Amino acid sequence: MIDMSPNIVLVVVIGVLFTVGVYLLLERSLSRVLIGVILIGNGANLLFLIAGGAAGAPPIVGDAPVSEMSDPLPQAMVLTAIVITLGMTAFLLAMAYRSWQLHRHDEVQDDVEDRRIARLAAIDEHAFTDRDTEDAGETLDDEAAETRDETDEVLRGAEPAPSPGGPGPDDASGDAGPADPEERP
Amino acid sequence: MNDPTWLVPLPVVVPLFGAGLALALYRKPRAQRLISVIALTMVLIASATLLVLADGGPLVVDVGGWAAPVGIDLVADRLSALMLTISSAVTLAVLLYSLAEGEADGDEAAPVSIYHPTYLVLTAGVANAFLSGDLFNIYVGFEILLAASYVLLTLGGTGERIRAGSIYVVVALLSSVLFLIAIAMIYAATGTVNLAQLAVRLPEIDPGVRLVLQIMLLVAFGIKAAIFPLSAWLPDSYPTAPAPVTAVFAGLLTKVGVYAIIRTQTLLFPDGRADDVLMWAALATMLIGILGAVAQDDIKRLLSFTLVSHIGYMIFGIALSTTMGWTASIYYVAHHITVQTALFLVVGLIERRGGSTSLDRLGGLAKMAPVLAILFFIPAMNLSGIPPLSGFLGKVGLLQAGVAVGTPLAYTLVVGGVVTSLLTLYALVKAWNKAFWQTPPAELPDTRLPGGMIGPTAALVGLGLALTIAGGPLYAYTERAAIALQERSPYIDAVLPDGERGAGESADAVSDQTPEDLEPTEQAEVRP
Repeated sequence: MIDMSPNIVLVVVIGVLFTVGVYLLLERSLSRVLIGVILIGNGANLLFLIAGGAAGAPPIVGDAPVSEMSDPLPQAMVLTAIVITLGMTAFLLAMAYRSWQLHRHDEVQDDVEDRRIARLAAIDEHAFTDRDTEDAGETLDDEAAETRDETDEVLRGAEPAPSPGGPGPDDASGDAGPADPEERP
Repeated sequence: MNDPTWLVPLPVVVPLFGAGLALALYRKPRAQRLISVIALTMVLIASATLLVLADGGPLVVDVGGWAAPVGIDLVADRLSALMLTISSAVTLAVLLYSLAEGEADGDEAAPVSIYHPTYLVLTAGVANAFLSGDLFNIYVGFEILLAASYVLLTLGGTGERIRAGSIYVVVALLSSVLFLIAIAMIYAATGTVNLAQLAVRLPEIDPGVRLVLQIMLLVAFGIKAAIFPLSAWLPDSYPTAPAPVTAVFAGLLTKVGVYAIIRTQTLLFPDGRADDVLMWAALATMLIGILGAVAQDDIKRLLSFTLVSHIGYMIFGIALSTTMGWTASIYYVAHHITVQTALFLVVGLIERRGGSTSLDRLGGLAKMAPVLAILFFIPAMNLSGIPPLSGFLGKVGLLQAGVAVGTPLAYTLVVGGVVTSLLTLYALVKAWNKAFWQTPPAELPDTRLPGGMIGPTAALVGLGLALTIAGGPLYAYTERAAIALQERSPYIDAVLPDGERGAGESADAVSDQTPEDLEPTEQAEVRP
């Protein structure tokens, strides 16, 4: 029977990996998040190794007594997990690069749509004109200026409000999101 | 061919092969389309056959001929087969819809060569998660479908999709790592990851350790299923994807998480110690989700919030831990997959016809596109639970189960369920009035909807109605599924006929060896 008590050094290493990983996950930059994911992933892999017990003889029948063999199953699972993490890391890297291409930074951005709704709620305003529930006191122009005001300081007062007629050009193809401040001219 | 178990791996293998083939033929979009349609049709036929066969007892395949706890096994019991059938019907309909969309927009609009293989991989991952009888294989299934979903969500790589994608991917990665850690700890505690064997061994370990494992699995699956404190990622990320992608995500991905919760809670942790927590989570999911939906002015986001909210109903049913609760819950999952997907497809049509999904800009669609109005109205009423539609049947089942349990908490949830149902009706009727009846604030573009897109949508709406008409037999089926879940023994006996090993290679190897070979059992005793 191989020794099943966990190695304290490995346990401490796992603890450190998880701690640092979680800290990095909370950052806004995607590349730091990526490093965090890698660290936590490695921590999980080490955890699997501990789960399999101490290293023993190679698990080949006839080579060593069965009781001295190490458990091959966690190692197989760790291999699978490593491959999966590799693929995900590559994807995340590609996404961080794309974000840098588009915005010259790789920070995770806020969802402006949520903030817009929250701002409307704060000033106790309807999200859209619904004749069933209100008499629209202000014109659509005013409301559009209010609701589409995502870049606060820049737009306010500096430019005329976008005209309410005609949806944005990006909507026609159907593959742009409801609000796309970055691409709006 | 007398042994029908050869059907079981098909829903996983066929789409994977199809994906490879479609990728190899990336220069021939026509061939790719044909491959996808054929593959998914085969999956649908295989799943429907499994649905019938599994009623006679779970079908088990030991992959590669290796006996169960050593090798990986695929199990198609009633629950898996039902989920599989509904999901393959939905994926086929969405595929046809997206084909028609590609036809109408021209191939330049979407990178079809990537879309088809990824979509097939997604269905393979979903099927793998549903069929797997092995915890680690469920993880692999999740990763397959998640990797495919990352690609589908960021298709085209526009700024908005990268923004939504980065949130989605990071949250999904986090839940995967949590799941992986849970698996490692479960292996350390029990020496196995086979579900049937875990069902036997988990009750033997220390109750405290067992609770930790249960909570870790619940958190990992809770993120995937979007249960309240873990649900904030969903409404941020889903609405930005193309309509068919959002539809299939909304229908399937969260339900895979719900399925995993049902499977692990019933099979591995039957003592239901997390039930009270789950009940509160279900209540919060229902109410906070639907309040979010009421506040939205974009139909896609509104529906994403109703999606979160209605996950609460399923969790409510699971947390009741009674046969009645599980019956209603399984029925509700089947209903919700179809109706939510249908609604997102309709919203795709609305976006095409009205040029927007913002309620600010829509209006008067009922006059301009009456068919669209009908297609929206039926699933919308279905979702909010208007009798006699299937949403009503599912909700009544859940409420009855809640009343039957009769604790104050269960009654609270019954009330919460009714309130949520009414608020769903309010949110959807608000959208219905604005988008379909009031005069539009600006002239809507004059386009025609392609018949090829209306057809699959109508088929899904029809499937929702069929779930209503076939409500009796289907409800009886889910009840039999729930009873089998309650007993647990049909599943365990099917996987491990002699209580030790499944049918397959290693059975002989074991009998030759001394009991020393059963190391994992000894580990289980040493650990705690």
